[in-house]
Amino acid sequence: MVEWTDFERATIQDIFSKMDYEVVGPAALSRCLIVYPWTQRYFGNFGNLYNAAAIMGNPMVAKHGTTILHGLERGVKNMDNIKETYAELSVLHSDKLHVDPDNFKLLSDCLTIVVAAQLGKAFTGEVQAAFQKFMAVVVSSLGRQYH
Amino acid sequence: MLSTKQKELIAEIWGGLTPVAEDIGADALLRMFASYPGTKTYFSHLDISPRSAHLLSHGKKIVLAIAEGAKDISQLTVTLAPLQTLHAYQLRIDPTNFKLFSHCMLVTLACHMGDDFTPVAHAAMDKYLSAFAAVLAEKYR
Repeated sequence: MVEWTDFERATIQDIFSKMDYEVVGPAALSRCLIVYPWTQRYFGNFGNLYNAAAIMGNPMVAKHGTTILHGLERGVKNMDNIKETYAELSVLHSDKLHVDPDNFKLLSDCLTIVVAAQLGKAFTGEVQAAFQKFMAVVVSSLGRQYH
Repeated sequence: MLSTKQKELIAEIWGGLTPVAEDIGADALLRMFASYPGTKTYFSHLDISPRSAHLLSHGKKIVLAIAEGAKDISQLTVTLAPLQTLHAYQLRIDPTNFKLFSHCMLVTLACHMGDDFTPVAHAAMDKYLSAFAAVLAEKYR
């Protein structure tokens, strides 16, 4: 069981409650596909990912980015039960999607950067640490059912 | 490696940051200490509390070195030679920590530059900091 301080709980709830999933999701996923181009290997049927502009304008990327954020929301709403929350998705990513779990960290880092850019000074070192702790737990849960 | 465009972009960004080297460097260090407490073990001899003189001067040193390297990235091994020796034989910081610091530097840049820290700039910066860290660790063994 993960132990959350009051500050960490409040920080995570606050960040996600103020987030526009349809902006942040697409921004994070497209950033990941641009900064770590090898992650494009999982999106062969997404059409034009040829350059940064194409990726940022790609509607399938945008849609999927939003889907991912909604998936994260489940963890936000179940912070005391994140492992169980993502058990099914972990199996999906392992058995059906065959995604290398290292990629979860890459996307998580990109999401951190997007949130940082939005919040500016408000994204203090302590807020960053809380956010990264949450994302680390999610990432670990998503990798847990791999075999 | 880095394209010409990427090198120009990086030189431009770091050129603009040298006037606030202290603030940028100290911010990145503080983030690293908060998220990765193990990194504090390398600073037991300094006062690394926020806005402390040690933290600011150390942050400034790091940012100025990164900015200096950015002026001519193809000459990174030459520019960093003295720092390579320092890190290999005296500081002996485990190179995993370079990754942690680089990540926190990217976060600092994102907070500082907002939308100007575009995915393209982010990609170039990540590549540059990785190259910088690799060169820094070259004399370790």
